[in-house]
Amino acid sequence: MQLSKVSGKNNKHKVLVYALSTCVWCKMTKQFLKDNSIEYEYVDVDLCDEKDREKIRKEIQNKGGSLSYPTIIVDNDVVITGFRKDQLKGTLGI
Amino acid sequence: MTTIEQVRKRAEADARTYGYYLIADPDLLQGFLEGLKVNEDRYGYPSCPCRLASGKFEYDRDIICPCDYRDPDVAEFGACYCRLYVNKDVYEGKAELPTVPERRPIEKQSRVYITAASSKEPKAETGQKTAAAKEEARATSEPKPKLWYCKQCGYVVFRDDPPYVCPICKAKKEMFAEINTRIDFSG
Repeated sequence: MQLSKVSGKNNKHKVLVYALSTCVWCKMTKQFLKDNSIEYEYVDVDLCDEKDREKIRKEIQNKGGSLSYPTIIVDNDVVITGFRKDQLKGTLGI
Repeated sequence: MTTIEQVRKRAEADARTYGYYLIADPDLLQGFLEGLKVNEDRYGYPSCPCRLASGKFEYDRDIICPCDYRDPDVAEFGACYCRLYVNKDVYEGKAELPTVPERRPIEKQSRVYITAASSKEPKAETGQKTAAAKEEARATSEPKPKLWYCKQCGYVVFRDDPPYVCPICKAKKEMFAEINTRIDFSG
């Protein structure tokens, strides 16, 4: 699976964003992380092939997430579904 | 190819017809319309920009905008799942833009991924397969459309499940019944 990395000054946390390239809220999530200088990786699930999609489904569901986008996984542990500024701020200490 | 203006006009007309509004924020609105356009160019139909589509019409039918879940979502939360369509209070800023939970059943969401895994099997041995076997494989892996009618207003629709709400009279899914048809050539 091809993850795209966006560098940022704040790399205290490992942030992974499962997004859709067509989704406004996914774009806003990426922008919000960027604006706060958070380093993150993302993958646009709608542009992935079938194998990767299935992998992503398992990964999200194993972590207790739902299949909604964006799904943000912080430090391989905390799952945030949707663009929730407050939750992102709390988890990432912004 | 569809233009953004066509997508916008269609959404505006639909909002007018059903008494909804399009989200007031121009940037968000533009984002939704662009997403719909990309999906229409990509799949041939404007599936919800905020949901993962399979690219197979039969699987994505319920999330083609305006999706099956819009009416109950706007009624309950004031906006649809992606929040393109909102009610008057949200449009006028009297109510906050809500967070709308996913109403689409998990089985339908999962099919997007399962399609990917299961569609490979038949492909591997296409050479030897008879048309009947292929048909059987197709029938077991894909939903079978049926005729449904609304017991309240008589609206008839041909699809694998009845709609979430009747697009004509807004009756709930439970008001739909299957129509059993039999073709008899004996006269």
